[in-house]
Amino acid sequence: MRAPLSWIRQYVDLPASESGRDVAARLIAAGLEVETVDVLGAEVTGPLVVGLVLSVEELTEFKKPIRFCRVEVGAGNGEVVDGVVSSERGIICGASNFVAGDLVVVALPGAVLPGGFQIASRQTYGRVSDGMITSERELGLGEDHTGIIVLAAGAGAPGDSGYDVLGLGDEVLDIAVTPDRGYALSIRGIAREVATAYDLPFADPALVDAEALLPAPSGEEPHGCSITDPAAADRFVLRTIADLDPTAPSPQWMRRALVACGMRPVSLAVDVTNYVMLELGQPLHAFDRAKLRGPLTVRRAAVGEVLATLDHTERALHHEDVVIADPGGPLAVAGIMGGLESEIDDASHSVAIEAVHFSAVAIARAARRHKLSSEAARRFERGVDPELPAIASARAAALLIELGGARYVGTSRVDAVAPTTPLSIPADLPARVSGMAIPATRAAQRLMAVGAAVAREEDRLVVTPPSWRPDLADPADLVEEVVRLEGYEHLPSTLPQVRAGYGLTAGQRLRRRVGRTLAASGMVEVLSYPFIGVADLDALGVPAEDPRRELVRLANPISDEAPYLRTTLLPGLVAAGRRNLSRGAAELAVAEVGPVFRGAEVGASTEPPRPSVAGRPTDEEVAALHDLLPEQPRHAAGLLAGERARPGWWGAGRAADWSDAVGVVRDLADELGVPIEVTSADHAPWHPGRCAAISVGGAVIGHAGELHPRAVEVLGLPARTVAFELDLDALLAVVPATAPAPAISTMPVAKEDLALVVAADMPAEAVRRAILRGGGTLLESVRLFDTYAGAQVGQGRKSLAFALRLRAPDRTLSAAEVADVRAAALAAAEADCGAVLRT
Amino acid sequence: MSAPNKTYDPVEVSALSDEAVAAARDAALGAIAAAADLDALKAVRLEHAGDRSPLALANREIGALPPAAKAEAGKRVGQARAAVKQALAEREVVLAAERDERVLIEEAVDVTLPTDRRPRGARHPLTTLMERIEDVFLAMGYDIAEGPEVETEWHNFDALNIAPDHPARSMQDTFFVGSPDSGVVLRTHTSPVQVRSMLQRPLPIYVICPGRVYRTDELDATHTPVFHQVEGLVVDEGITMGDLKGTLDHFAGAMFGAGLVTRLRPSYFPFTEPSAEVDLQCFVCRGASVGDPANPCRTCSSEGWIEWGGCGMVNPRVLTACGIDAARYSGFAFGMGIERTLMFRHGITDMRDMVEGDVRFTLAFGTEV
Repeated sequence: MRAPLSWIRQYVDLPASESGRDVAARLIAAGLEVETVDVLGAEVTGPLVVGLVLSVEELTEFKKPIRFCRVEVGAGNGEVVDGVVSSERGIICGASNFVAGDLVVVALPGAVLPGGFQIASRQTYGRVSDGMITSERELGLGEDHTGIIVLAAGAGAPGDSGYDVLGLGDEVLDIAVTPDRGYALSIRGIAREVATAYDLPFADPALVDAEALLPAPSGEEPHGCSITDPAAADRFVLRTIADLDPTAPSPQWMRRALVACGMRPVSLAVDVTNYVMLELGQPLHAFDRAKLRGPLTVRRAAVGEVLATLDHTERALHHEDVVIADPGGPLAVAGIMGGLESEIDDASHSVAIEAVHFSAVAIARAARRHKLSSEAARRFERGVDPELPAIASARAAALLIELGGARYVGTSRVDAVAPTTPLSIPADLPARVSGMAIPATRAAQRLMAVGAAVAREEDRLVVTPPSWRPDLADPADLVEEVVRLEGYEHLPSTLPQVRAGYGLTAGQRLRRRVGRTLAASGMVEVLSYPFIGVADLDALGVPAEDPRRELVRLANPISDEAPYLRTTLLPGLVAAGRRNLSRGAAELAVAEVGPVFRGAEVGASTEPPRPSVAGRPTDEEVAALHDLLPEQPRHAAGLLAGERARPGWWGAGRAADWSDAVGVVRDLADELGVPIEVTSADHAPWHPGRCAAISVGGAVIGHAGELHPRAVEVLGLPARTVAFELDLDALLAVVPATAPAPAISTMPVAKEDLALVVAADMPAEAVRRAILRGGGTLLESVRLFDTYAGAQVGQGRKSLAFALRLRAPDRTLSAAEVADVRAAALAAAEADCGAVLRT
Repeated sequence: MSAPNKTYDPVEVSALSDEAVAAARDAALGAIAAAADLDALKAVRLEHAGDRSPLALANREIGALPPAAKAEAGKRVGQARAAVKQALAEREVVLAAERDERVLIEEAVDVTLPTDRRPRGARHPLTTLMERIEDVFLAMGYDIAEGPEVETEWHNFDALNIAPDHPARSMQDTFFVGSPDSGVVLRTHTSPVQVRSMLQRPLPIYVICPGRVYRTDELDATHTPVFHQVEGLVVDEGITMGDLKGTLDHFAGAMFGAGLVTRLRPSYFPFTEPSAEVDLQCFVCRGASVGDPANPCRTCSSEGWIEWGGCGMVNPRVLTACGIDAARYSGFAFGMGIERTLMFRHGITDMRDMVEGDVRFTLAFGTEV
């Protein structure tokens, strides 16, 4: 809402010294978000005068219409003829929305317009153009550039100051109005806030006897009105006037106000309805009575009804849309936009001015349905003062009578507005909620300042909110009014006595630990968008029946390419990885921890449970709500490519391989103290011979290894890219709450090496476990340190060399004990894995 | 080792002669002086001071002497051995010093050579900033509450007093799952976690709710459809707006510097009443740039304040919807954007830097912000 300071001053006697910025600061403190303070025509300097167009000569030899005009610009302002300064100038103009006899605004040579545009006398189109006839946009008043400004007849005399006639220099506050403050979508509402903020009297323009604004009814039958659907509207006032001069111009003061507020002057009848809407906040609609086929009614649209609205759009109406209709059909989408058919035009003499108090919800829904916003809809959605229809319609009719020579016929009305129910609040509630000392009397004063009627009943205040504040429905709303007027800047700064807390939960601590461990493993965390498409899964080679195809779909995705939520973190990592590589990264180690979403049936419901909010939902209702949601387990995943160890003066580097992916997972499991099992697996998108399944307690919780060459190619990743992905929730679920401390023996260690020959496909881990089993309690650790395959061990066989460390808790082991352990380990490996000692 | 001599040799052994001892001593001292390095000295030590050295052998013979000669011979041999021992020690010091002078210098390396064998890892600054915020509130006694990102409309809107016709519920703002009538959305804020906290936790409640949220904005320099918020919720007896202000002041000070305060401006949110916008005192200029065109502040555009988030007293309707007695309990809630906080805290000018996953951006923050 744009609010010119000059207009606000009509209702509040502000000190002349107060600038727009001063007023803005006060309004911001009171809760109105003033976004900007503009000065109209701030960038215009130099001579700007009213001009009278004396003659218009059409120059037809050019590609576009060009006019050469003689313009009277006031004594002493004209061109010099025979040494005498005249009052006329010749000016070239490209606009054609004016005729001889119109008053225009002329920038004379020496004027500077916005953008540093210097006006000078110049030769153009074969004539001397001695100034410029200006448009709104050229003066920085608005965006209108469809023609030059044509002033209202009588707006001034040639040579008068253009600054004064256009109101340049006036400051305009642009206010972003929150949904609860519909009343601030009017100068009336804003001026009231200004008056309250300055503690000055407010001259309420709506505090009038509506009927007293008008002459006596003519006695003719006024146009009739009714409300068919009482849920759609509760007040309808229809004023009928006749004999309007449709060519009567809007006065300059009205045009000035409309332009300052960002609206375009159109015709007197339209300008008056807009002006009154801006002034009071009540949207009005003027119908050409000659085009009406009978009385007007507020009703819901019938199925199949169609209406062409003023924006030249044919709209199929919904059966819940509220319309204004006559017996012939709908004429307007109520409260939002009028129809073309009944539009006022330059032959409209008899006019019906509609003012209705609509249901805010009905208008909001229709506006959403038709994706149609308008000045009227914005106001009705937020709630309009139900007392305004009579006053605003009377004000509009009176203006048309005064300015358009119209005659008052009479008024029809329907009135079903329910009286406002008073709210009773403890008088100390504002003080208790705010923590400020606010005596009951001051709370009452504050509420009266916003227009409420307040009665004191012992220690309670009985408050009747003003008609223009439908948002004041709860005690808390009244508290906010009191506290904001007291000033939030006066709130004390105190700290509540917090009950003792428990710190991070076990899961929260573990997730921080996972993040640090991944970073310590050289992984860089990325946070990807969780949106994927089927093509992402196809590229990974995810098979048709894989649970990762149980996708949750968005109704309105950002991109139709990615309408689903991720079931795997890999697509996001691939995208981040490719981005880094394309930006020149030589190595890649990116990881992500976050939820995936699974459930093909999620979102299929069309009538989901909606428990009442009047009280706590039952456990059953909460459970039914949770049934709507997909599984959302947290995963951890990583992608590595390029150098895992860099080359340098120390020697060659090493490219990341399958073991780095498994290694990050092992690091993580070791850090968390979870024993994992690594087995070979075949799982997309991994290489079937280089894929490890990671299991905990027999359940597979993820995979790691080299990606399938086909996936690597389709994804555009470097050859031999490796990756891992884990169900992190499953991993964290088995982390022991407390790690048991090991017994540290200080006895000397005995070291033995054991080289075993086994079948080539025997997993090294199986042999290691066999050795551990056979070695018993004296075997402290077993570590594979070398592998060999070749002629020495024979076809289909391989040699695995293990380093054994033996130690007893209480003594130095004897040579015989060491030999026994070694023999037992060998025997177990032989029994479990068919291993033989390498000779 | 030879056993004590029980039978006295009447003839003096030649090895114990004055000349022989002196010759052995001089030979040892000469060899010590001639040792060129520590290895040579080691050999000399073995030859002239070892168990088989002449002086060691001579020492052994002392026992065979008649008692009258023992003392005198012992004295002579002892002096000779002491002289050798001392010479060895002195020579070792000299040679070690020489070694230090020469060899360690020959072994010198260029310590400015790169050592980046292993690429570094890092955590995303949005993650670590959330943890840092969590830590501020953990220190105050708050718990951390979490909830699902795919959320019911009831938790995301209804229970928060956001009416069915509120503009926030339109497809222009909210991602709907399945269809707009499914009752399932991507949460548009972390406030549904407040609802879950009020439904699940015993009173009083002091929680902070960090997390990822979604709105249907296209990615550009200042918008992203996927972003992060942190919200706080307190429900207790006797909670005031002053408590809200004090908590925000403490938060601001802990995050941006002691003594920094917040400013509240009246505003509107359906789930709080009264409601306010939270401004943070500019942590760079602390307001000094206001009205001082010569020293403009880029962080706050010389406004002195930075828009930080929203807050208010929990709307009693929300308490009621969660089964909390609004006559007895009151509460406050506040919320901030993590991206926005990170942007002004670290001078980030483009939202996309936080979204694209360029490791150069993330590595700059390490594992803490």
